[in-house]
Amino acid sequence: MRRAVLLVFVIVGLAWPLLAPRYFVFLASLVFVNAIVAMGLNLLSGYTHQLSFGHAGFLAIGAYTTALLGLHGGGLPAPLALLGAGVVTAAVGVALGLPCLRLEGLYLTMATLAFGFVVIEAILNLDRLTNGADGLRVPAARMGPWALTTDGARYYLVVVVTALLVIAALNVTRMRVGRALLAIRESEIAAQASGVPVATWKTIAFALSAFYTGVAGGLFAWLIGTLSPDAFDVFLSVDFVVMIILGGLGSVPGSIVGAAVVTVLNDALAGFQNYRPLIFGTILIGCMLFMPGGIAGAWRRQTAP
Amino acid sequence: MTGLLSVSGLSINFGGLAALSDLDLEVAEGAIVALIGPNGAGKTTVFNVLSGLYHPSRGRVTFRGDDLLALAPYAIARRGVARTFQNTEVFRRLSALDNVLIGRHAHIKGGVLGGALALPRVRSEEARARRDARALLDLVGLGDSANVEAASLPLGHQKRLEMARALAAEPTLLLLDEPAGGLNPTETRELMGLIRRLRDERKLTILLVEHDMQLVMGISDRVAVLDHGRKIAEGKPGEISRDPAVIEAYLGAPE
Ligand SMILES: Nc1ncnc2c1ncn2[C@@H]1O[C@H](COP(=O)(O)OP(=O)(O)OP(=O)(O)O)[C@@H](O)[C@H]1O
Ligand SMILES: [Mg+2]
Repeated sequence: MRRAVLLVFVIVGLAWPLLAPRYFVFLASLVFVNAIVAMGLNLLSGYTHQLSFGHAGFLAIGAYTTALLGLHGGGLPAPLALLGAGVVTAAVGVALGLPCLRLEGLYLTMATLAFGFVVIEAILNLDRLTNGADGLRVPAARMGPWALTTDGARYYLVVVVTALLVIAALNVTRMRVGRALLAIRESEIAAQASGVPVATWKTIAFALSAFYTGVAGGLFAWLIGTLSPDAFDVFLSVDFVVMIILGGLGSVPGSIVGAAVVTVLNDALAGFQNYRPLIFGTILIGCMLFMPGGIAGAWRRQTAP
Repeated sequence: MTGLLSVSGLSINFGGLAALSDLDLEVAEGAIVALIGPNGAGKTTVFNVLSGLYHPSRGRVTFRGDDLLALAPYAIARRGVARTFQNTEVFRRLSALDNVLIGRHAHIKGGVLGGALALPRVRSEEARARRDARALLDLVGLGDSANVEAASLPLGHQKRLEMARALAAEPTLLLLDEPAGGLNPTETRELMGLIRRLRDERKLTILLVEHDMQLVMGISDRVAVLDHGRKIAEGKPGEISRDPAVIEAYLGAPE
């Protein structure tokens, strides 16, 4: 049954650019990009309990890195450009994660919030490099001699990258690393007493989370074509948090479902901008009160023997 | 018998309270040593210093020749000191099996990259760790609860789960903080058998804090008595139960 459902999803997913109008191909790509961010955010917030309201900042760093590699990198192939975006963003993640080791709870969240603002300021101030508020045009992704200029081509690139990152996240979280991160969430004292170097793993969680978000940023840059700092405001960071709380903290499949729901909802509500905070606020409070494990938790309870 | 753990001149204050004053304690390799004393005597504080959670104001702690006070808690665990907690500190929302697997963290290979790629080497490590963890759950009598969420286990089972998790780290010295708390007499007898077996079969050295005198007197080679942060007596179980200072500390001084 589960396999059958999964198979249908894979087939529809692969045929999507042939079935759906252009806009919906773009929207589906955006769902996958957001799913990558949500998985990354979940590794940090859901697994080690370091709640970040600054992930739009990481997304921006990945996006601008990719754009700049495209402009000055001499036709770097897409996988290498994404790897570059991921590594640069991960390095920034470590730089943010190290001082955050001294912070907990609300203070840590405030620091990540501030980080998001700092990134936007930096983009505005480095206008020689980033073109500031005027916006930076992103050269199309390249694969050898080809440029990925259609929505369909970009969609397939996004799908392949997402699939690889989903598999990697499932593998990582199911084994030793995932357990160490969860142990930190559950009890730092007991984790240490069990031989888990808590500071190291918290920092690795920051790096890993930033890596995922940086790669997503690269894909995002190609999808939207022009970057400007207002695309990475704090409301986007809040959206990412809503995705993982709705989907389920500490769940990879939950991250994907949460990203899909929030992205599609966001699109449907495009005409009602003023009501968005109200609607997402209601979703957040509803989840916390009635569905603490998010969609993933509810699913587990439904299917539990 | 050689000294495995050696504590000397240990003092720690909380505000104005001297939780430990000038404590000396030797634990010989292969011994079962009990640390007893009235509530608030400082027993758990000793454990917290030994496992690196508290930093004493004075004193030395050496374990197999290493200065434990210079090490971070996780490094102490890796040197071979594992512990359980008085008020249980299980990973509540994880399964019993995962709890024990986390105890094996330092003995499993596989970082982020190896894990992400699920390399064959990492997978086989994981499979072996799971077998070892299941065997430990069987040892403490929780074989049937492997997939149960730790928070939903009864308190006595959570205490045993913590023992299994501590054993998973393959310690040389095991610190047990009130392992019989909340157990009925039958369970306590089983626990005594288990602690003896750990020493005899696994060659562990055990330092335990316990209020159940039957257990303390039944299995300890030596007993040290704390009161208000000071050691007021130490000796074989028979000597301790007759010691006037100990009786006074427990029953209160006649005015
Ligand atoms: N982190 C701390 N901060 C302040 N005071 C503390 C702290 N830890 C312990 N104490 C105090 O130190 C004293 C010794 O406490 P400890 O927990 O070691 O006692 P104990 O012998 O384990 O008692 P019990 O048998 O009740 O477990 C108590 O007065 C306690 O309140
Ligand atoms: Mg105590």
